[in-house]
Amino acid sequence: MTSLTEKRAPRTQPETRKIRGKVHLREHLMGWLFVGPFGIVFLAFLIAPLGYALYLSLFQKKLIGGTSFVLFDNYVKAFTDPSFLSGAWFVIRFSLVSIPLQIVIALALALILDSVTTLFARFSRLMIFLPYAIPTVIGAVMWGFLYSRGFGPLTDIFGLFGATAPDFLSSDLIFYGLLNVVTWQWAGYYMIILYAALQGVDPTLYEAARMDGAGRWQIATRIKIPLIAPALILILVFSLIGTLQFFNEPQILRYLAAGTIGSDFTPNMYAYQQAFSLANFNYGSAISFALGGLVFICVYAFLFFTRKRRSFL
Amino acid sequence: MKRRRILATVAMLAAGTGLVACSSDEGGSDASNCTNTITKQNVPVVTMWGWYPNTQLVVDNFNKQHDDVQVCWTNVGQGSDEYDKFQTAISAGTGAPDVIMVEADRIPTFQIQGALVDIKQYGFDAVKANYGEGAWKDVSVGDKVYGVPVDGGPVAMIYRKDIFDKYKITPPKTWAEYEQAAQKVKDAGGPLFGDLGANVSALTMALQIQKGASPFTYDPAQPKAIGVKLNDQASKDVLDYWGGLAKKGLVGTQDQFTPEYISGVINGNYATYISAAWAPGYLTGAGVGKGQDTGKFAVAPLPQWDPANPVQVNWGGSAFSVTKQAKKPELAAKVAYGLYADKESLTDGWTNQIIFPLNLTALKDPAFVDLKVAFFNGQQANKEVYLPAAEAYKGVAYAPFGQYYLDAMTKQVSEIIKGSVTGSQAADRLQEDVAKYAKEQGFTVQ
Repeated sequence: MTSLTEKRAPRTQPETRKIRGKVHLREHLMGWLFVGPFGIVFLAFLIAPLGYALYLSLFQKKLIGGTSFVLFDNYVKAFTDPSFLSGAWFVIRFSLVSIPLQIVIALALALILDSVTTLFARFSRLMIFLPYAIPTVIGAVMWGFLYSRGFGPLTDIFGLFGATAPDFLSSDLIFYGLLNVVTWQWAGYYMIILYAALQGVDPTLYEAARMDGAGRWQIATRIKIPLIAPALILILVFSLIGTLQFFNEPQILRYLAAGTIGSDFTPNMYAYQQAFSLANFNYGSAISFALGGLVFICVYAFLFFTRKRRSFL
Repeated sequence: MKRRRILATVAMLAAGTGLVACSSDEGGSDASNCTNTITKQNVPVVTMWGWYPNTQLVVDNFNKQHDDVQVCWTNVGQGSDEYDKFQTAISAGTGAPDVIMVEADRIPTFQIQGALVDIKQYGFDAVKANYGEGAWKDVSVGDKVYGVPVDGGPVAMIYRKDIFDKYKITPPKTWAEYEQAAQKVKDAGGPLFGDLGANVSALTMALQIQKGASPFTYDPAQPKAIGVKLNDQASKDVLDYWGGLAKKGLVGTQDQFTPEYISGVINGNYATYISAAWAPGYLTGAGVGKGQDTGKFAVAPLPQWDPANPVQVNWGGSAFSVTKQAKKPELAAKVAYGLYADKESLTDGWTNQIIFPLNLTALKDPAFVDLKVAFFNGQQANKEVYLPAAEAYKGVAYAPFGQYYLDAMTKQVSEIIKGSVTGSQAADRLQEDVAKYAKEQGFTVQ
């Protein structure tokens, strides 16, 4: 858009102003026309449902007594509800462990694949990415079976060393069971993003660094990582949002371990249970919004603490 | 209508998942996606949800025998899965089937939301004599009838005869003997004696009722008042008993109906399985009792607390209800009355132990009474165990918020298994939790 006006700049002053006005109007309309389809979809499928959910969350429906307007009572209830709070605490703890783990693995793999250019590296890249191509549901079911002590491979593997296999679906180990599933599924995806960012780095920088006497390790830590920092921040934000909204994996594994994974295991599962099992759409909406607030706070806090060195936000 | 549809869509998005996106409208109200094939054309179709393992056969039998109505069946999942979809359809005001299979304990939950039709007005008198009084009572709320009984679930103790023989024990008659036998097997290095599953709350409730608990008192004439009594001594005793067995390592703590549990049953990891009369059918369907395992199972009456005053209990059992969303309730009622009520279907059901029938034509059939059950190696299980148990069952008042109660129970039993609370503490917490929910829902809790 700017280049269009710049090209026309050398004309005489009054004429330019006139034309500029027309052009502006036309650009204005064209702009709206282009944004239109997106705008409609955005309003219809994001803003309107959000607004309606917010509206719903201000009401309360009882089996006896029907629906009544309660303003923020549902939110007060949510933030004093042990089910919501324990679920929220779980996803926060899970984020604190799973995100650094995934990022470190993804970064290490991306750096290795970036400096090795054999056929094997390309094959590995595909294989590491593959778990992401498997639908979450299938992945969770698959791990559920792999964890089985009755017919999974763990019993045999641990049996070789004369040990009993751990039960990753028990309440003590479910955290690690899920951690493994999530890392397996997502590390490859993050690796691809970081790898793509690394490919965008100008190789002359490496040459210059080598001339200055930098080793491979120094190139990686002093040049590569700082240069792909925006991509790192991006995947950190993505994974933070995704993990706080944790739903699919525990919901699927619940079929195998309903005792360990309660219906209020994560806030999203709790909202699902309230809305679809108990028909409390109002409270379910309130929990969703409360979770949205939590996600916002966490992401904001994260961006706040990383703000100085980044241009990203 | 439109607003309601928006509500359903919105809530789905708000819940942040696409998993459920296909459940509301396409579910079962649409007759174009039946699991069965309807051969008769230009006949009114009634849609139905159900999950009996032999539903296909039952529906085909019904369709063959009727020229004025055809059934379009969809299996939308077993138990909770189906109820969640039905609940969503109720909230949305659209998407429910005309006829739905529900367990008797869920009827009050849906009835209180006005989701079920009283079928007394549609030819009730013609079929009344086909079922016992108790069977009708379980599907009624007050004097209104909200379902046609199909099967019951008298609870008994299924056990592995080979394990009992190996460790020289006889079926325990009391729960005290049950624990002693469990200890004996454990001391001899044997397998677990039973299983405390967190996900079978309805069974846990039945076992509490056996000791004398009466969790809910509800009089539909006074719909605002409900009695919630989940932490009386009997309820506590039963949770303490099972919690104790689990703590001592006498029973497992595996969720039931999972592949893990079934494989455990096949491997002989559990000497007993406290379950209902329909369980053998499900176990057989899952591959238990076949091949090497043939004839290893037997059944004995449920152990008692007080052998002088035996109490029998029921787990599950189901009925066909007509939903409020049925466009032709009379036709739907006809289906509800007629489905799984013909001799051919019933016989298939009971020979394969998929159902313990409540229909008197089957219940009084000498072939049923004297049946030598293959799963139990020819034992006359009906005559010896299940029929007396069913006859002695007195019926229970269920909660109008069954789903919440059962979920809360699962949570507490899981805490017991974890060892973070004792059975008594779990009962107290459950009481607090459920009473609070009842109050939130507008009930006066007594």
